[in-house]
Amino acid sequence: MSKPVIATASLAGCFGCHMSILDIDERILDLIELVEFNKSPVDDIKTFTKMCDVGIIEGGCCNSENVHVLKDFRKNCGILVSLGECAIMGGLPALRNGIPIKECLEEAYLHGPTIEKGNKIIPNDDELPMILDRVYPCHEIVKIDYFIPGCPPRADLIWDALVSLVKGTPMNLAYETVKYD
Amino acid sequence: MKLSLETIIDQYRADPTRLMDILLDIQSAKGRIGRTAIDLIAKKCKISVVDVEQTVSFYHFFSTEPRGRYTVYLNNSVVAKMMGSEKIARAFEKEAGCTFGSVSSDGLIGLFETSCIGMNDQEPSAIINNVVFPNLTVHSVKKIIEGMRKGKKVSELQTVKPGDGNNGSKLLTTAISNNIRKKGPVIFSEYKQGEVVKALTTLTPQVIIYTMKKSGLRGRGGAGFPVGLKWELCRKSAGDKKYIFCNADEGEPGTFKDRVILTERPQLLFEGMAAAGFAVGSDQGILYLRFEYYYLKEYLEAILDDMRKKKLLGKNIAGRSGFNFTIRIQFGAGAYICGEESALIESAEGKRGEPRDRPPFPVNKGYLGRPTVINNVETLCAAAKILLFGEDWYRSLGTPQSTGTKVLSISGDCLYPGIYEIAWGSTIGEILEMAGAEKVQAVLVGGPSGSFVGPAQFNRKLCYEDLATGGSFIIFNESRDLLKDAVLNFTEFFIEESCGSCAPCRFMTVILKNKLEKLLHGKGVAQDLVDLEKWSSIMQANRCGLGQTAANPIRTTLSNFNHLYTVLIRTNDDFVSEFDLKSAVADSCAVAGRKPMLHGA
Repeated sequence: MSKPVIATASLAGCFGCHMSILDIDERILDLIELVEFNKSPVDDIKTFTKMCDVGIIEGGCCNSENVHVLKDFRKNCGILVSLGECAIMGGLPALRNGIPIKECLEEAYLHGPTIEKGNKIIPNDDELPMILDRVYPCHEIVKIDYFIPGCPPRADLIWDALVSLVKGTPMNLAYETVKYD
Repeated sequence: MKLSLETIIDQYRADPTRLMDILLDIQSAKGRIGRTAIDLIAKKCKISVVDVEQTVSFYHFFSTEPRGRYTVYLNNSVVAKMMGSEKIARAFEKEAGCTFGSVSSDGLIGLFETSCIGMNDQEPSAIINNVVFPNLTVHSVKKIIEGMRKGKKVSELQTVKPGDGNNGSKLLTTAISNNIRKKGPVIFSEYKQGEVVKALTTLTPQVIIYTMKKSGLRGRGGAGFPVGLKWELCRKSAGDKKYIFCNADEGEPGTFKDRVILTERPQLLFEGMAAAGFAVGSDQGILYLRFEYYYLKEYLEAILDDMRKKKLLGKNIAGRSGFNFTIRIQFGAGAYICGEESALIESAEGKRGEPRDRPPFPVNKGYLGRPTVINNVETLCAAAKILLFGEDWYRSLGTPQSTGTKVLSISGDCLYPGIYEIAWGSTIGEILEMAGAEKVQAVLVGGPSGSFVGPAQFNRKLCYEDLATGGSFIIFNESRDLLKDAVLNFTEFFIEESCGSCAPCRFMTVILKNKLEKLLHGKGVAQDLVDLEKWSSIMQANRCGLGQTAANPIRTTLSNFNHLYTVLIRTNDDFVSEFDLKSAVADSCAVAGRKPMLHGA
């Protein structure tokens, strides 16, 4: 049997969840034995080269490119997992959700205290992704099959989840891994 | 003459625990609590500016900006809407020339919405400058605004005659009606002022507590805690001073019984408080009254004065040496959560109405850290009657586990909305018949924190053994869209009234509401129902009763009216998104001056 194929992406996140994936330390060698990586910042493969079994998403959607990537993952992955607070709830980027996007952009590019005088402009190049009215959690845009909570989810949790997923065994979720308050 | 800020603060000896009173007086005198006032209070009361600000921002009758010379608070609760408050809202907007949530350009009229104001049997209704205007019509709104433009006093704006009973008395003169449809043997039976405290002079505290325990009386606010036990725990608790609170915050949408008891039996209540004080060893009572009932202030204070003059309150009550008890009124300022006893204490101490962690319980460490008993209006009245007629008489009413009577506030789709004092153990069907309700789709028993029940359960009994209730009873007929008109509105109510302390209450309420709206938009799939069920159970993790019950409108309709949900489900899809890229990028593209590129998205 060929190895399960995994793809990962970081959308509106801080890459902290990916750092946490790397935090499995030397077990990454075991992981390579277990799975094959496709599109992912881990191996720097930029586009899908085949259908993947598991897609792991860090971060929510704050712009049109995030939406595009997320939909692309849904098309190319059998199972899609939201990894971490931002993918699940929007996280820190969603702090802007209570403020109209017009105010956010004007504060960032026109009126903020660190803006230099002259030539103020809100970036409008067609090459740039379009900003969404608010930050969306992934499951509001595509179907998400599993959620791994945490900010970031700790390495052991990610490891256990991935191993359970590829081996098809039930996952043991200790109370302290899901209690955050 | 208008009082200066200094004078108002000095009236309360710059005592930070009286911050609510200071703020209420400033709001009333100045029409707002501005920067100057906040800074001055902080300085004089020796508390930080944020201490003042957080209290100001918590209560919805406080404002930092002016809300107009005439401030209209229109009830936006479910029953108000069922009785046509939307039409009234549009009439106010048309006549006043401003929209809800704003003040007219000349600063004359402010229009605001508010949660249930305890007038469900006479909706649509509004509070204007502390005066209640029930049974509003488009015509009366027109007359009211005309009067405002002529500069009339708010009392002169009333277009209907004073209501029945004491509502028409000289000190009250309000257009509110009692609508007492059924008088029971406990609360609304015959009573002569002074007979309770006189009866006390032959009793000892131990006997009173024993009588309460034997009577089986349980708290009438909703939780049903045994009264005798509460008094005993407080009596045994060590403290140099103890307090008796009467909880008159009735904010549960659909309940208005305490308003009517306060109107018709205030002396009975005050004597009940004195009895509680005598039993636990307290000489200070505080009536925590919701701001919506501010119109009762002069009336109740006059009664307290009169009782003091007649030695029914004060020192050596009814001639018994050492029986001292005084009562003052503490007003809230608009917050449902303050009906929760520990939030009520926080509020009475001048803080945000956030529930405390328990233990310690109020009977050990309550108001100002002292042992405190908090009982509902109806509970204290029933206690007073038990002391007059004995525990056996009381036990002869109701059922074995639910002794005595219960005062119900009945509203919604029925011919005779109003107050019914019934024996515990009556079935829902019997009550519906009494209220003249036909073609009933659902009854909400116990308000939004209670349960929606359907015809299959109309043989269930109101009592602690079966369906417990604090008294709210709202009827929905078959023409109502239960999910849209009731469940959604109540969920929004809980979002509005959450104090924000516990995470599930703060955001799960919003998530559940979004799910419900998704279903109502025709975008729901089977998984959404599973999510609603599973996620609403997380609410148990909240600290107080509000948070724990905030998903009850959804939970109880999911189990008792499941068909209303399943018809909304798309059976052919396993996922439907409400996300629309075009509308999501419209605003940002407009402000950046670029054309949205939607191809390939």
